Amino acid sequence: MEPVKGKAWIFPDDVNTDVIFPGRYMKVTDAEETPKYLFETVYPDFRDKAKPGDVIVAGKYFGCGSSREQAATAIRYFGIGCVVASSFARIFYRNAINLGLPIAIVPGITEHVKEGDEIEVDLVRGKLTNHTTGKELSFEPLPEFILDLIGQGGLIPATRKKLGID
Amino acid sequence: MAMTLAEKILAKKAGKDQVKAGEIVQAKVDVAMSHENGRMVKKSFEKIGVERVWDPEKIVIIFDHRVPAESERTAAGQKELREFVKTQGISNFYDINVGVCHQVLVEEGFSRPGILLVGTDSHTTTAGALGAFATGVGATEMAAVWATGELWLRVPETLKIVVTGKLPDGVYSKDIVLKVIGSIGADGADYKAMEYSGEAISSLSVASRLVISNLSMEAGAKTAFVIPDAVTEAFVKPRAKGAYEMLAPDPDATYLEEHTFDVSDLEPQLACPHQVDNVKSISEIAGKKIDQAVIGSCTNGRLEDLQEVARILKGKKANSGVRLLVVPASWRIYREALKDGTIETLVDAGAVIVNAGCGPCLGAHQGCLAPGEVAVSSTNRNFQGRMGSAESFVYLASPATVAASALEGKLADPRKYLEA
Ligand code: SF4
Repeated sequence: MEPVKGKAWIFPDDVNTDVIFPGRYMKVTDAEETPKYLFETVYPDFRDKAKPGDVIVAGKYFGCGSSREQAATAIRYFGIGCVVASSFARIFYRNAINLGLPIAIVPGITEHVKEGDEIEVDLVRGKLTNHTTGKELSFEPLPEFILDLIGQGGLIPATRKKLGID
Repeated sequence: MAMTLAEKILAKKAGKDQVKAGEIVQAKVDVAMSHENGRMVKKSFEKIGVERVWDPEKIVIIFDHRVPAESERTAAGQKELREFVKTQGISNFYDINVGVCHQVLVEEGFSRPGILLVGTDSHTTTAGALGAFATGVGATEMAAVWATGELWLRVPETLKIVVTGKLPDGVYSKDIVLKVIGSIGADGADYKAMEYSGEAISSLSVASRLVISNLSMEAGAKTAFVIPDAVTEAFVKPRAKGAYEMLAPDPDATYLEEHTFDVSDLEPQLACPHQVDNVKSISEIAGKKIDQAVIGSCTNGRLEDLQEVARILKGKKANSGVRLLVVPASWRIYREALKDGTIETLVDAGAVIVNAGCGPCLGAHQGCLAPGEVAVSSTNRNFQGRMGSAESFVYLASPATVAASALEGKLADPRKYLEA
């Protein structure tokens, strides 16, 4: 998997799935439509300012709350290159991986990156470079199985391959 | 090597002699449950592109979130799924007159010790009270389960929770688990398994144990076990749909953390707005005025809950400023409560009985809150806006605390109504 390079957008601790994708849009189940409502209630201008390929950088327990898959879907289909957080809530973490959205767990990351910094995340080697400050951080890469799943684009393509459909 | 209960079950399901926390396994699923959101699973399933589900006997579909349908959109979704289960030969299908998914799984014998049970609902952890490795999954991964019967799981670390002492009268398993969540925090068990043991747990009925495993999800737990014992087996044996195994953790298994709670002096507990770990004792907040009192849900809508509420409300009337809503967790409970006179007592006290299902728990219908309103509820989530307006407030408590509060029109201690 290629390293992801983009502009950092900083989020606090405990960003829940209602903040990422408000419950009132739960009826939106078309993946392509979900980015329209990304962060709508709390960060309404995110969608205009951020660009595909950018990186979300957050504190601990990103994606807590309900199990709604649209939270990860909306980020993935917006085109975010990677979500880096101190820690993730379990179901969001799984949903991200299963949808092929690159994620990295880097404890204390928000102390090292500021909004707008150009950062580069190498998921395979476990290296995060902040090109704006010149700082480099190492982190524990995700298990190979998971990196492979993300690399294949998520569980649907992986299952198709496993079943010999593709 | 010694294993926790989570490690033991996952080793079995992965076809290995042993696994340890942190490892990723490909595990075989015994029961795959979805509710109305099976429609999203179906969409992903179609993207995978296989014709038939892997095993129609292992898939269970239960309608509960919006029953009967509250909108045209829901009605259309339910119709689509009814057709899908027919085409796929999924016979374990439960329509709008059966109950909340997690309770139905238990009553119908799907929840059993030693199995791997997954569901597209976060409170799937409920079945852990009977010793199942039970966890919530997303729609896409459920689609892969429908197609292959397997999913990947990271073997979780385990928190050992030992609860000692004898629970005082008027204090229940709901109060125990609220106390635990208040102590370890809303992410205290994120991605981890919990194992509950100790005399205060083993003396609980199955219905009370289910409350513990259900609410533990609100501490982030991936799965939450009550170690299976004779009580478990007596309950499971006559209704088990399929094989089960009375697995238990090894005595010298490795735990990430151990916490001990003595509940001999525990007071009724409440989770205050807007976080489940914002837990206080009733003596700290009694007197707060309420507008709605809700008894029900997959957490606390069982027969023993309704009976305890009837004990408090018998011969009395709910405060005129309070809307009292009662939602039996299943039709089986509903019928039993009709037969033994419980429902009559509740109706006489002014309760509105709504169809067994999720009801007002998720704020979709059957009793939403207006801006500024306050509810006390026996359910499991008090996030902002959960039961209606984003400017409403939800306190979570035991059914008895909800009943006492309904009588007084304000948060109240149930113990004074239970003195013999
Ligand atoms: S009763 Fe509430 S918590 Fe339980 S499954 Fe239904 S909506 Fe979820």
